[in-house]
Amino acid sequence: MANDIMKQPAQPIPWPHAAQSGSQDEPQLAIASQWRLMWWKFRKHRLAMISLVIVVTLYTVALFAGFFAPHAKTTYHRGYTQAPPQKIHWLDNGKLAPYVYGYQQETDPRTFERRYAVDEDVKIPLGFFVKGDPYTIGLKGIPVDWLNWLHITTDRHFFGPKHHGDPFYLAGADDLGRDVWSRLIFASQISLSVGLVGVALSLGLGIILGGLSGLIGGRVDNAIQRLIELLRSIPDIPLWMALATAVPARWDPTLVYFGITVVLSLLGWTHMARVVRGRFLSLREEDFILAAELDGVSRFRIITRHMVPSFLSHIIASVTLAIPGMILGETALSFLGLGLQAPVVSWGVMLKDAQSIRVIANMPWMLLPGVAVTLTVLVFNFLGDGLRDAADPYR
Amino acid sequence: MAKYILKRLLYMIPMMFIISLLVFVTIQLPPGDYVSTMIEEMRNLQGVNWTPQFEEAMRERYGLNEPILVQYGKWIGNIMLHGDFGYSFQNNAPSQEIIWDRLGMTVLIALASFIFSWMVALPIGIYSAVRQYSIGDYIFSIIGFIGMATPGFLIALALLYLAFSQWGISISGLFSTEYADAPWSFAKFIDLLKHIWLPMVIVGTAGTAGLIRIMRANLLDELDKPYVDTARAKGMPEWRLLLKYPVRHALNPFISTLGWTLPSLVAGEAIVSIVLNLPTTGPVYLQALRVQDMYVAAGFLMLLSFLTMMGTLLSDILLAWLDPRIRYQ
Repeated sequence: MANDIMKQPAQPIPWPHAAQSGSQDEPQLAIASQWRLMWWKFRKHRLAMISLVIVVTLYTVALFAGFFAPHAKTTYHRGYTQAPPQKIHWLDNGKLAPYVYGYQQETDPRTFERRYAVDEDVKIPLGFFVKGDPYTIGLKGIPVDWLNWLHITTDRHFFGPKHHGDPFYLAGADDLGRDVWSRLIFASQISLSVGLVGVALSLGLGIILGGLSGLIGGRVDNAIQRLIELLRSIPDIPLWMALATAVPARWDPTLVYFGITVVLSLLGWTHMARVVRGRFLSLREEDFILAAELDGVSRFRIITRHMVPSFLSHIIASVTLAIPGMILGETALSFLGLGLQAPVVSWGVMLKDAQSIRVIANMPWMLLPGVAVTLTVLVFNFLGDGLRDAADPYR
Repeated sequence: MAKYILKRLLYMIPMMFIISLLVFVTIQLPPGDYVSTMIEEMRNLQGVNWTPQFEEAMRERYGLNEPILVQYGKWIGNIMLHGDFGYSFQNNAPSQEIIWDRLGMTVLIALASFIFSWMVALPIGIYSAVRQYSIGDYIFSIIGFIGMATPGFLIALALLYLAFSQWGISISGLFSTEYADAPWSFAKFIDLLKHIWLPMVIVGTAGTAGLIRIMRANLLDELDKPYVDTARAKGMPEWRLLLKYPVRHALNPFISTLGWTLPSLVAGEAIVSIVLNLPTTGPVYLQALRVQDMYVAAGFLMLLSFLTMMGTLLSDILLAWLDPRIRYQ
């Protein structure tokens, strides 16, 4: 099942001819569209291809978080607080019947330290497509009425304990006995979408301001360039921290979420604007633009029909490379307690619980969100590199 | 050259003023002020309710009632004229005492990380370019990519865990306990050196990874050029040729990265030092933001921006000195 989902061509970037790209014969090369050439080049970049698969997988899991997570994010077991990860035994007497052993809780009489011993008498059977905590997939809770009905509520889980309510901790439990693995999956919804929303906001700002700067030039260009210079000479993390404190923690979580993405994109757009402006400036001098101008094509049409398509690929590459910065920013802010707050789970919020040496020493699995962040940033970097190379026609 | 530097310095003055205004407004953005934070704290702790008159009187005393521009004028005026950064409410002391004390350490760590990352990135970058696609190149590339993808505070957390689980020691702080509050002495300096390497490596790692990539790419571009073949053809020893021409050329774009390396080091340092509990700007700045101790927060943010601008200026000057084409523009 997981493989099926990975194979789905649910690519985040529109590749118009991706589906039918087959042979690479010479005559085809000459008439291939720009996007098809890019796709051919991109396919050769092995790391980028692997990264693309991982990115698609990550977003698929995030989209169907309730299905892939064995438990709900708030489900807890009192007897399993701070429990270490359970090892899955796949075979039971030679047959494929995965199970985990339960834990016996012991308290050290001297230090009052809590310890867990594997209790081989308690077998917790696991299975695929089991019934568990109910969850909702889709657009529930969105303040737009006509979008709100686009959801389903069910209780089937991809993998989990066969009997609803059995303790199953693939990646250990946190201080309250909640499943770290399930929370990690639910947190990816916030952490991964912050990158997209933040980049979309900064791209919007960047295209408008960078476009104005590159097209009009003169005084407008000068003013916008000075503004960018100004914003860039304030170190990003301290400025984000200051701006994030202005987002009141008492707000509704959705509002805080948007507040934080706005804060992140307030600095993010500067980079986008530079890219857009640079592209406009260099394209303005190109012969085919001059030809279009001499043909009497209107300004608007030149921009939308000739300029934008020729630098769209570069923008997509820059956008991909900008996403990790946003994800890292949200993680850092939430980690410091200035970003999203506790009932909401994001990787940063989860890492916030892993700040003290006591927690890290006793429950190293609390650092898992950090691994998730690093993996995500890494694959986005590779993907962006691949796209950038593919978008460059001269290499 | 002198004219160029002077021009850049003059240009910095209006920029600094706008930044200071921006910083002051940003710090004032959160609803409420220090008085409301304090009163809420009192209420939670002791269940005491304050009369509105008292609240008013407190605001009056701290000058929090005046319009924001007046407050800004007083603040910036005192900084310009007396080097007075305002009063730290939570510490009951002038802000500049706290700020200068901490800023020194931040600069020290940022500079140390900077030197570290250059000393590591240059040779590795050169090696990776000269031995492109060798095993060493691949290993360094992988380490570099992971280093770039891992934020400093995660490396810090991972190292905290490693040190604790392997050697049972806690590696936070910049000084041993006996030196923490001691006056400066040679022994304290040695103690500092024993501790500073860790934040230096952590803060420097992300930058190092990026620098290796840049150096490698630059040098690869240069190595293909005909002048390298010419030099080789006339029998120049390989390593001398390498260092004298292509590396020298590849350094120019490398140096222009200095402008953004320093700010990112300063920014990265802020959050790493919160994790490692270092006596630098990070923890104090965070605390000041939380309780709205606005003069401390504003002072820090402004001085960090100032540092960033100095970094950019420094890199531009270096670049102009290295590359005559920029100088005579």
